[in-house]
Amino acid sequence: MSAATKGAIGAIVGALLVCVAIALYVGLYLVNVPGSVAATSTPTGIHLYLATVPAAELSDPHPTWVSYYAVSSSSSNWRHDTTFQVPANSLIHVTIYQYDTATGLRNPFFSQPAGTAGPVTINGKVTQVVDPTSPGHTFAIPQIGLSVPLPGAPANAKNLCANAPCSLSEAHVTVSFAFRSPGPGLYRWQCFVPCAAGFIQGNGGPMQTVGYMGGFIKVV
Amino acid sequence: MTAIAASPPARRTGWRQLMGFNLLTGIILGVVGWFIGYSAIGLHLHGAGIAYYSSESGQNDIAIVLGYIFGVIGFLIGLGFANYPMRRLLGHPPSLAAHESEEEGLFRYFTLSTDHKVVAKQYMIGIGVFFFVGGLNAMLIRTELLQPNTHVFGANQYLTLVGMHGSMMMGIMTSGILGPFANWLVPLMIGSRRFAFPRIEAFTFWLLMAGSVILITTIFFGGFQTGWTGYQPLGAQGTAGYDAYIGFFALVGLSMTLFGFNLIATIVVMRAPGMTWSRLPIFVWATLSTAALMMLAAPMLIAALFMAGMDRTVQTAFFIPGQGGSAYLFQNLFWVFGHPEVYVLALPGFGIVLELLPVFARKPLWGYRLAVSGMLGVAFLSFFVWQHHLFVSGINADLRPFFMLSTELISLPTGFIFLCFMGTLWRGRIRFTVPMLFCMAWAFNFLWGGISGVFNSDVPSDTTTHGSFFVMAHFHYTIMGGLVFAFFAGIYYWVPKMYGVKLNETLGKVHFWIMFIAFNSTFAPLFGLGFLGMPRRVVTYNPSWQGLNDWVSASAYVLGLSMLVFLFNVCWSMLVKREVAEVNPWHSKSAEWQLPTPVPLHDFDRTPIFDEDPYPYGVEPVPAGSATVAPVGGST
Amino acid sequence: MTDERHHFRNFAVLWIVASVIVTPIMIFLIGPGLPPGNGSVEASGQVTDNTVLVAMATPVALLVLCYLGYAIVFFRERNPETVLDGPAIRGDASIQFWWLVVTTTLVLVLAGYGSARLLADGSGGGQGPNPIAIPKAPHGTTVLPVQVIAQQWQFTYRWPTYGGVETRAIELPANTLIRFNVTSLDVIHSFWAYELGVKADANPGVNNVAFVTTKGPLTFHVRCAELCGVWHGYMFGTGTVVPRAQFAAWITQQRAQYAPATKNLPPYSRSYFPQPLRRGG
Repeated sequence: MSAATKGAIGAIVGALLVCVAIALYVGLYLVNVPGSVAATSTPTGIHLYLATVPAAELSDPHPTWVSYYAVSSSSSNWRHDTTFQVPANSLIHVTIYQYDTATGLRNPFFSQPAGTAGPVTINGKVTQVVDPTSPGHTFAIPQIGLSVPLPGAPANAKNLCANAPCSLSEAHVTVSFAFRSPGPGLYRWQCFVPCAAGFIQGNGGPMQTVGYMGGFIKVV
Repeated sequence: MTAIAASPPARRTGWRQLMGFNLLTGIILGVVGWFIGYSAIGLHLHGAGIAYYSSESGQNDIAIVLGYIFGVIGFLIGLGFANYPMRRLLGHPPSLAAHESEEEGLFRYFTLSTDHKVVAKQYMIGIGVFFFVGGLNAMLIRTELLQPNTHVFGANQYLTLVGMHGSMMMGIMTSGILGPFANWLVPLMIGSRRFAFPRIEAFTFWLLMAGSVILITTIFFGGFQTGWTGYQPLGAQGTAGYDAYIGFFALVGLSMTLFGFNLIATIVVMRAPGMTWSRLPIFVWATLSTAALMMLAAPMLIAALFMAGMDRTVQTAFFIPGQGGSAYLFQNLFWVFGHPEVYVLALPGFGIVLELLPVFARKPLWGYRLAVSGMLGVAFLSFFVWQHHLFVSGINADLRPFFMLSTELISLPTGFIFLCFMGTLWRGRIRFTVPMLFCMAWAFNFLWGGISGVFNSDVPSDTTTHGSFFVMAHFHYTIMGGLVFAFFAGIYYWVPKMYGVKLNETLGKVHFWIMFIAFNSTFAPLFGLGFLGMPRRVVTYNPSWQGLNDWVSASAYVLGLSMLVFLFNVCWSMLVKREVAEVNPWHSKSAEWQLPTPVPLHDFDRTPIFDEDPYPYGVEPVPAGSATVAPVGGST
Repeated sequence: MTDERHHFRNFAVLWIVASVIVTPIMIFLIGPGLPPGNGSVEASGQVTDNTVLVAMATPVALLVLCYLGYAIVFFRERNPETVLDGPAIRGDASIQFWWLVVTTTLVLVLAGYGSARLLADGSGGGQGPNPIAIPKAPHGTTVLPVQVIAQQWQFTYRWPTYGGVETRAIELPANTLIRFNVTSLDVIHSFWAYELGVKADANPGVNNVAFVTTKGPLTFHVRCAELCGVWHGYMFGTGTVVPRAQFAAWITQQRAQYAPATKNLPPYSRSYFPQPLRRGG
């Protein structure tokens, strides 16, 4: 085999290896693109059921991280997705089952719900403002001015949920509200409580990873 | 000079070459080191606080950092860097250790080599590989920015891409020209056979490779969300990917410091007889200025990152406000390094371009003293301008006019370089070969980079442009338009001598034109985007800017394509066609071109004696009786 | 005429003619379009400053560009086979001297002008806790302090002269001197109000002051200009400049609307150190 042929073969093999490496590399980045969960349309309107937990499922890549989940009205059918799809210019009813304990707000301004269409009920009671040390999380869509604090389950409760999935028999707080979805587009939502335990200032890890404490609202 | 050691031991052939210290043993011991540091030691360190935090966050920063440290140590031991110190400890006399791979053959590129020419080629390939990784990241970034409301990558993945692109490029390209070219050329240009510290030369290369691998492992630890500037306290907040960032830049900083120190020692001490300071080729002056910057600025980075690492692992609070720390401290430490760093990137570009111009214009370098003062002036002033990165960050307002003045003053020595460039071209007989095309493009690109730099240095103007795409365009024009174009000029120019093979001229011109047009098409609109108000490092933007962004992304793909043309040229010319190059295809009168191709193992048979200025071009009467560079066996 | 003088004269003519034609075009056609527009007094000052920079940069750029073009055309080796040398000119003391003088003068003038503009009104940039360039409030008005609180990942605004109420929207009265006190609750952000020509980094624990004198009503975009984490790109909003009476009505309405939240807020302070600081959760 002449040197030129050896060189050509070497170059082709090298190019193939490089393509494989590139595919692997790009693939590693693409694995974390979030899916999307659609709000359910029922006779009583459009509903979105969410849950927040102190620790994700044991099989999750990050089983110790706090997280949001999409659930059903009976807190079953747990899906680990934080991109929610809602129809445009509609009234969206949101119910959040809050299974985590309190952390407290960094900015007490968020203790007052804002941007909702109608009142916010916490465990059935209409609430105008909460104690700023009580929220475990918040649900906020800054682009439309929506912000709802989610008080934490009592820390001394006996039946606190440890890992997702949780059931309604475990200690939780139920928060219900509605908001008007804007025109079609992609918006983002996040939690405004620095709830990432183990990270400095509580804002790392789950707070900075799409799929846990932040995600997208796809308005279609 | 110390005597070269006696006869080298018998060469091993075939698979037996793998026995001994080389890259393979380095990797094996590196992995072993990782497990020692991470699993054996790190995971077993339990203070009550550490156990709580790592169980909550799911990451153990101490273990990861220890893993990196032991991994790097294992890697270096496996390559054989501990061998010589051990031999000296055991009483053996000092030597250049001929057994450290002085053989011919492809294998020596995967070992610790004390031959500066081998290290230079290792640098060239190593830097090339990671340059393409960084470039791939850039393509992915532009893919994400095609649409403001559709996301190809997760938002945090995107920030890791941005950070990796910046870090890879800034960390790798600091040695981008010095690594391949200074290592190869400086000993030849000053008439020495080697560097002052050949093992340190090899050490700097392998440190850089270890660091680059560490940077890539950030993907497995969640990435980092700070961009290449690594600002605290954002970095302290983050997932363990930030530890990879710290590991990478710590090793890059160490590599830079040692490399700079080695270069200075070599250039100051090991010049051959007759190589006075006023005869030093301008490329060596550029290298010297760069080396001073590397040696003095890089330790600041290591210090800043060390403190950041301590904040993340052992719970100090250097940069955590509210616990007594200061976010400003990190910004200032970082930019005291960061600003000289960008001149580490710019100066070698100046050096290559001014070195090549006389050859292709067939005239001596115009204003040699002025060019040298330009290099030294830039190097000196670069330490006094760093707060221009912090104009709107709330620094003491009295300082802003001072740093505006000092930053604008830096345009003076840079202007000298341009004047010397223009003067050398004046009434020359310019041949527009591929290296020369890249030099002309350098001038065009650096012009826009420099002028936009003046805009940024003006504080009122900076209010709008700081942290926007305008700054991005500015530094891409200076760093990519300047350094990378000079890098390719150097490659096309010196590959015939380094490898004995000529790169195809036509493919080279195709590469150049596509690259030049695509480069300008990619980065010129970014000035506009910055002026329109688009901030940096954003995953979404005002939808009315989508047209401009799509144009930029399309141009970026073409720019990537030009790199493929280059790669194809390299493979075609060097692996397939292998057309033997002439000994001096560019008719250069520089010292390295008077040697045969390939350059012999020990460079010169006898130490050369220099008695002529470095650019003896031009039509002028030559005084009778003066010799050119002492004959070393090659033809002129 | 020698070759040398011939080329020198030709090039000088080329450059001067190009400068004389292009520089006014840049000043009068491009100038008015330069950022950040005329939304505030400081922004207009920046536009003037940018125009001056463009005016001074144009001849410099033309010098190099014309020269490159001239060299490519006139100094090219016509016969690619030959390798003949050009004249051995190693330098020219007179050119070097005048180049040094002219460029130094240019740089000093630019630095002086920039400093003058900067010290006149601060040019909308963050000046730290002790600003030195404080614009004069328009006749008959007092300065309106607005605290910009940056947090991951939203800007909120606090109004110390209106009961310390905090709002998520920002409306500013027209023709008023505004003093922004920019601070952060967690990491470094940057408050960039593009049309107002204001940019001030938000540092945790630090009060960064920036001034702006609003003009007529407009809508401005607020964007975060310093990477602050995953949602940095989404940390944006809009604000408006409205007539003074409308502003008074708006702030009263906001105080009423956010009265419950205001009770929970800590006392107004130039900077805050909220918990959790260490690894919370």
